[in-house]
Amino acid sequence: MADSTGIAPRLRRRGRNFGPGKIGLWGPPTALLALIIVGAYIANALLGTRAFLLPTPHVVLGKLVDPKTAPDIFESLGNTALVALVGLLIAAVIGIVWAIAMSQARWVERTLFPYAVMLQAIPILAITPLIGFSFGYDFPSRVVVCVMIALFPMVSNTLFGLQSVDRAHRELFRLQGASRWTILTKLELRQATPAIFAGLRISAGLSVVGAIVGDFFFQRGNPGIGALIAKYSARLNSAELFASVLVASLFGVVIFLIFGWIGRRAVGKWYDFG
Amino acid sequence: MPTTTKTDTLLDFTDVQMTFPDGTVALSGVNLTVNRGEFVTVVGPSGCGKSTLLRIASGLETASHGTVELDTDRIGYVFQDATLLPWRSVQANVELLAELHKTPQAQRAAKAKEAIDLVGLTGFEKHLPRALSGGMRMRTSLARSLTLDPELFLFDEPFGALDEITRERLNDELLRLFAEKQFAGLFITHSVSEAVYLSTKVIVMSGRPGTIVDTFEVPFDMPRDPEVRFTPEFAALVGKVSHALREGHN
Ligand SMILES: Nc1ncnc2c1ncn2[C@@H]1O[C@H](COP(=O)(O)OP(=O)(O)OP(=O)(O)O)[C@@H](O)[C@H]1O
Ligand SMILES: [Mg+2]
Repeated sequence: MADSTGIAPRLRRRGRNFGPGKIGLWGPPTALLALIIVGAYIANALLGTRAFLLPTPHVVLGKLVDPKTAPDIFESLGNTALVALVGLLIAAVIGIVWAIAMSQARWVERTLFPYAVMLQAIPILAITPLIGFSFGYDFPSRVVVCVMIALFPMVSNTLFGLQSVDRAHRELFRLQGASRWTILTKLELRQATPAIFAGLRISAGLSVVGAIVGDFFFQRGNPGIGALIAKYSARLNSAELFASVLVASLFGVVIFLIFGWIGRRAVGKWYDFG
Repeated sequence: MPTTTKTDTLLDFTDVQMTFPDGTVALSGVNLTVNRGEFVTVVGPSGCGKSTLLRIASGLETASHGTVELDTDRIGYVFQDATLLPWRSVQANVELLAELHKTPQAQRAAKAKEAIDLVGLTGFEKHLPRALSGGMRMRTSLARSLTLDPELFLFDEPFGALDEITRERLNDELLRLFAEKQFAGLFITHSVSEAVYLSTKVIVMSGRPGTIVDTFEVPFDMPRDPEVRFTPEFAALVGKVSHALREGHN
């Protein structure tokens, strides 16, 4: 539309070409990382006899290539990833269906939304016995914890997306006598895709957290990195502990980035996906 | 006027009143007909119920009193905004209505292509709405409605958000389409000169509750010569309509 306003160029400056470049984007976090590493060495030196509590970074990194520990860590990470992925998938399906149900009628939303909020507020710790009792102490229970933690953002984001449809768009469809199903599939869900992907990205991170939390309580079968962390922590193997925490959090970051990328691939053409 | 087997009247409002649930009376005692071959514009102060009038005509809203007769089911509705779906290309946006009517793929693609040609957007089929100017978005919206082959075209201030030059160009294109496609039009605008230039009849509405206070036949020939806008007769008619508008406002 009218491009002659004085505001437009200023807004545009925030666009891709003028935003933080690669250096601006990666510089600050890298600097902070350097600071933390230096700090770790200093702290290690200052701790004296208790230095084993805070191992130096190269010792920690060494554990990731040490044939005695590395296979354990990465195998556990694989287990965690599987639990997180299955959990995320289930959370996404339940969350989207739940939100669609709520979007169909005001009374359904009023009936179901409080439970979505409640689900989010339940302390997992308090109901682990219940989960264990119902699903056992194996893979399924770890997934259940994941789903419980990852579900809410899927529900709320999808619902928000479905409800962000323009009134005029809705009427455009209504004028042609479009059915509810057509409106849902050709309008509402399409409009909601950016919000759904934003939800997926949040839930993916939470799902990793969920998988690790699940490991703490349900350790049968092939537990993930959470169980390993619990073990190292109990034995005061701090270098191994730091190494596995590091791997787990890096995994969370990677998942976040991957889902950001998927989101941009899916809707980036028509929507500025953050 | 051509003789047709159908009646000449496409849309007929008799004593229409609209009271919203919150008690707002938007329209009162509105009598209005749109005949085949006519292009009727409505001017009136903001909030007098012009959009409501179109919404009732299209069936989006039901009048609380009075009768509305409609002699076609092929209605084009052009909103104030282009209301394009941002994830669809120009082509896919123009195909939308036919798609909602379950028209086969090949047929609707052909229809869309024809409409896109008509509004001069050939070459932009693959563009997404966000890559288009405001005027091009409006053309896309127009093309989308054209795919329905409407007998009655409803326009709710379609060019209100556009700059003067784009608006004038689109006015000319609309006149050309009107001559070519022979639809009847009911067009809402804030611009009196646009109203006079486009239409065969100008209707002036009063402030809320909106009612029709004056009707002017526009005597200039169709297809309309753009130069007509610079004649004294045109200026005189614009003056009369503006005057009636100001009177009706109080
Ligand atoms: N759904 C509704 N419920 C209650 N009041 C409404 C509703 N829709 C419109 N109105 C009121 O009816 C009156 C007429 O509205 P309408 O949109 O038809 O005006 P308009 O003539 O198109 O105005 P504008 O020129 O600003 O577009 C306004 O006062 C508006 O607030
Ligand atoms: Mg209006």
